[in-house]
Amino acid sequence: MSELLHVSSSPHVRSKVDTSSIMLTVIIALLPAALFGIYNFGPHALLLILVTIATCVATEAVYEKIVHKKLTVKDYSAVVTGLLLALNLPPKAPWWIAVIGGVFAILVVKQLFGGLGQNFMNPALAARCFLLISFTGRMTDFTVPGGAWGNIVDTVSGATPLAAMKSGETVDLLSLFIGNIQGTIGETSALAILIGAAILLLRGIIDFRIPVAYLLTFSVFALIFGGHGLDFYYLLCQLCGGGLMLGAWFMATDYVTSPITSKGRIVYGICLGIFTGLFRIFGGSAEGVSYAIIFCNLMVPLIERFTMPAAFGKGGKKA
Amino acid sequence: MAFLTFRGGVHPYDGKELSKEKPVRELLPGKELIYPLSQHIGAPAKPIVAKGDHVLAGQKIAEMGGFVSANIHASVSGTVKEIKKVRNNVGAMVDAIVVENDEKYETVGFQKADSLEALSKEEILERIKEGGVVGMGGAGFPTHVKLAPKEPEKIEYVLVNGAECEPYLTSDYRRMLEQPEWIIGGLKCILKLFDNAKGYICIEDNKPDCIAKISEMVKNEPKIEVQTLKTKYPQGAERCLIYAVSGREINSSMLPADAGCVVDNIDTVCAIYRAVMAGEPVMDRIVTVTGEAVADPCNLKAKTGTSFAELLEAAGGLKQPAKKIISGGPMMGFAMFDYHVPVVKTSSAMLCMTEDDISEKEPTACINCGRCVNACPARLVPSRLATYSEHGQAELFEKHHGMECVECGCCSFACPAKRPLTQSMRSMRKMVMANRRKPK
Repeated sequence: MSELLHVSSSPHVRSKVDTSSIMLTVIIALLPAALFGIYNFGPHALLLILVTIATCVATEAVYEKIVHKKLTVKDYSAVVTGLLLALNLPPKAPWWIAVIGGVFAILVVKQLFGGLGQNFMNPALAARCFLLISFTGRMTDFTVPGGAWGNIVDTVSGATPLAAMKSGETVDLLSLFIGNIQGTIGETSALAILIGAAILLLRGIIDFRIPVAYLLTFSVFALIFGGHGLDFYYLLCQLCGGGLMLGAWFMATDYVTSPITSKGRIVYGICLGIFTGLFRIFGGSAEGVSYAIIFCNLMVPLIERFTMPAAFGKGGKKA
Repeated sequence: MAFLTFRGGVHPYDGKELSKEKPVRELLPGKELIYPLSQHIGAPAKPIVAKGDHVLAGQKIAEMGGFVSANIHASVSGTVKEIKKVRNNVGAMVDAIVVENDEKYETVGFQKADSLEALSKEEILERIKEGGVVGMGGAGFPTHVKLAPKEPEKIEYVLVNGAECEPYLTSDYRRMLEQPEWIIGGLKCILKLFDNAKGYICIEDNKPDCIAKISEMVKNEPKIEVQTLKTKYPQGAERCLIYAVSGREINSSMLPADAGCVVDNIDTVCAIYRAVMAGEPVMDRIVTVTGEAVADPCNLKAKTGTSFAELLEAAGGLKQPAKKIISGGPMMGFAMFDYHVPVVKTSSAMLCMTEDDISEKEPTACINCGRCVNACPARLVPSRLATYSEHGQAELFEKHHGMECVECGCCSFACPAKRPLTQSMRSMRKMVMANRRKPK
């Protein structure tokens, strides 16, 4: 035998799925929403997406170089963070906001807490909330930049559909579903997001428990406390409008900041639904979903603690 | 039809097509056969022959060294050359009897049983004990101990484990196709020991030919039934199998008998049949020699004591360099650094892999994806338990039921961060068990 045999403890085979293939699938699943955003809002949206991704990847690489950590940009997690953050920016945001957001997401939220797997909040959402607090005016200006390619329905003041609904205007449900309306770059098209969600579900990347529990709880909450009774038009507008779809399918399902246990995921989804309902219906700010998700991120250790599964043969029925 | 199964598990590439269609060939051993005295769980056997003694095939050369132990028999006729320490298939140095083969294959006279009806329960157990039968699926637990639970009347299920969920292995598959009458005969011997039990031959649905064949053969047997299991690893793990068939759960502090079950592997049941009815001790077993590196993957009937190197030769040798050679399957087998080791009663396969998945990818950070949790048949949270193991936190490990781990390997298989989850838990489990054995 010319070559020495390898020895290791079993198992000796591994599944083909690895961290980078998962992240790549998430990126592919986000593409419909991203492409629709670019179609809807024009070249500036494309610029914002590219700038945010580049900032996130560069921040991760530079930080890891400085502190002599193993370079992890190849796992594509920074790309996912960048893309998600960009999809959460208003289409007219200046490029430097994207840069600040990207640096904050990767450096402060992710790397300072230990890098991939250690952050306790979703980096993209934490950065969005940071930007909202720091640059409230620019972050809530949803007017469409010049050069838009899509035939976007331009309401009077550049208000998002949810804001319009709150002030009593009616919105077109079909536009809400397809997404030729105002909002952040990636959140407007429920259709594009659902296509992405289908990819994630079919490839086994996400667990249906979180988004389904989330959307169901929110629906029940909205029907009870929304003040519209059993009005399904209102409910569908609430579901398709704002960041709910993007949040439920792509951000609440972030592995690192959601519970690892199956039961915990249902509890987490229910908490998300309740808080989103509270923030949206009773709160003043437009970013109910973002705040609900990062708030529930903080409850994850607690949820996990109380939903640890009973070991086989220990909790179930006994012979 | 909904097939019986359990919660969790994984679907590794099964590789069975390499050797599935190859009928079992008998392999005659070379000049020297090595019989390790420890081919089973429990005390090593004590040699009862000395250097220079002439032995016959089937002659007992070492006898039980305790209550939980098993006899060992020569598989060829020849001369005892020496008793020395040798390396076994899991890499340990063990005492072994070396017999020089005279190639005459003279056997001792085996005492056939006239009929099963004529044998008493005690006689059946005695014959199994005398024949050195142990769990041939891999664990090697002495069968006469397993078949003598405290309350035999409470046993309701006798499960014959034909799941063969471990990838690449086809020895049980060939056995079911080629000697189904041995399996049924062996099961009848076991059923005779347990008055209130029914026998179930449990087969995964990827072996429809075996299911059809055996179902046809047992259709007039009121106490024997074939159960179809869903193809999923680790369907053949004892606890998973019991749960799938009986719906009962056992944990690490229980025996299958506590749930009214007895589980025996296909080859074990065949060995029981031969020991009880023909009076033949365990002298051979079917070994699958397979893997992408092997020129001609095959199923061999190999005498115990034959060197793995001879098996490989019989399979045409390596057609391309092997990176890893495993005794057993890829999920729970042992990687060997030297394959000049003897076939023992529990050797089910020799797997030669051209790729080593493990050394190719470095472990990265856990992303909390929960794949290990979904895969774990013991319903644990492997990612946390592995962290406790790495940090040496034995108390936390035990508190979160780490000792319920069956080391099936599903978590490590599923982990996208390529963390050595099973491996970490295995070392912690060893440590905890060693500490428990320490006198307080």
